[in-house]
Amino acid sequence: MTLRTDPVTINFGPHHPSTHGVFQMRITADGEVITNLEPVMGYLHRGCEKLSEGRTYTQVVPLTDRLDYLSPMSNNVACVQAAERLGDIPVPERAEYIRVIMAELQRLANHCAMTGFLLNDLGTFFTPFHYTMREREKILDLFEMTCGTRVTVSYMRPGGVLQDLPEEFMPRLRALLDEMPHRIDDYETLITQNEIVLVRTKGVGVMSKELAIAAGCSGPMLRGSGVKWDIRKNDAYSIYDRFQFDIPVGTNGDVYDRYLVRIREMRQSVRILEQAYRDIPQGEVRTRLPLFFRLPSGEAYGRIEAPKGELGFYLVSDGGIAPYRMHVRSPSFINLGVLRDLTVGYTVADAVITLGSVDIVLGEVDR
Amino acid sequence: MTLLLNADEVAPRLRDRYPDAVLEAKGSSLLVRRERLVEVARFLRDTDGLDFDYPAMVTAVDRWDYFDVVYYLNSLTRNHSLYLKTRAYGRELPVVPSLVGVWRGCDFQEREVYDLMGIRFEGHPNLKRILLWEGFEGHPLRKDFIG
Repeated sequence: MTLRTDPVTINFGPHHPSTHGVFQMRITADGEVITNLEPVMGYLHRGCEKLSEGRTYTQVVPLTDRLDYLSPMSNNVACVQAAERLGDIPVPERAEYIRVIMAELQRLANHCAMTGFLLNDLGTFFTPFHYTMREREKILDLFEMTCGTRVTVSYMRPGGVLQDLPEEFMPRLRALLDEMPHRIDDYETLITQNEIVLVRTKGVGVMSKELAIAAGCSGPMLRGSGVKWDIRKNDAYSIYDRFQFDIPVGTNGDVYDRYLVRIREMRQSVRILEQAYRDIPQGEVRTRLPLFFRLPSGEAYGRIEAPKGELGFYLVSDGGIAPYRMHVRSPSFINLGVLRDLTVGYTVADAVITLGSVDIVLGEVDR
Repeated sequence: MTLLLNADEVAPRLRDRYPDAVLEAKGSSLLVRRERLVEVARFLRDTDGLDFDYPAMVTAVDRWDYFDVVYYLNSLTRNHSLYLKTRAYGRELPVVPSLVGVWRGCDFQEREVYDLMGIRFEGHPNLKRILLWEGFEGHPLRKDFIG
């Protein structure tokens, strides 16, 4: 006997804990199996590109904190880098080192949060999350002592950073660097070989190398599928060419590989931080610029390897004190373009962890 | 470091194949005729030595008289990049051809440009607003938009 079945439409979100913010997955399911998925976004659209057209280049920086609010330091770096490229503004050596330290700390914090959230999505309700958040808090403490805030840092300035590191920063960083490898070991002991995690994540949300490239995926999404592409190496910006580190890549392009790539990236970030800690010179941290400085008319694209992928700022100047046009190339937004391909044919429960492995922040998706 | 290609070096190869395609080659940006955009994109993707396989960024700039549609292209295999540009005229609903058929990654980005800048991408499989809601009037990133 054949049973007649009807496809069911399920609205995941916009208010649903598994969508990591105000994001909607409109799923059509045949029983448990997904036959179609439509991402619906824009609930957090604040028009940051338009807002930037009425602000000076320095005033744009606070807007970028609110893009990917899990990694504001990286957003700051990308934004000021585009302005520096356009205006040929020099950055003092010490400021470059501080930027690298902040960006790598931010990567650690972001991957901690992402790993915690992913395990939440897997149903281990908030236990691993508390372990990873513990380390993220220590990193945010470092940010707080440097610039007074934990999340909306606005620490970078065109031509350097806001102010020098406080005296107690380096000892605290040292303590964190000593502790971090053991903490990453802890995560791995709990998660990496955990049988339930393996069963749930291996072979789920598989993305081929070809699709990842053609769809413009970046960051751990691209590397999880086996493409060795890291802007810190391939389009070395700032002073990243001075540091020794490896680019971890996955082989199968599934949820598990994307998780593993992130864990390994954390170890590489610690490696970079060790070198920066050793080599950071004394000196100026900011090139003095007029309060309302102008950039020559033209265009520039500054991109960095943000924790979530290629974060680019496309700046067009008409010679004024504010951008004529600023476009944010956000990795979360473009990585979401493959969500349908990654989920169709899998079950509804798999869609939740696949979304978790994409690692989106809605502030950045919607801008 | 990613090599930003000189448009002057790419333009002659294009002119051999499509004599009327290139309008201007300045610095690293290649301005092409709108009607030839898809052919040019395929050429840039498939020609040996160019191999632009990765559409890093799609956006548009309102220049009042026209709209610049900007594609920042990358080749992951060759590690070089290029700005591909085309112009859309008119303020009602200017049109350029869609490149979704060439690079999948243009899908969401073209929808975003349509939504915020009001440029129609002809041939896009699912051209509807992506960040703003259906029924929103106007396109906020245009310079003459009144909020």
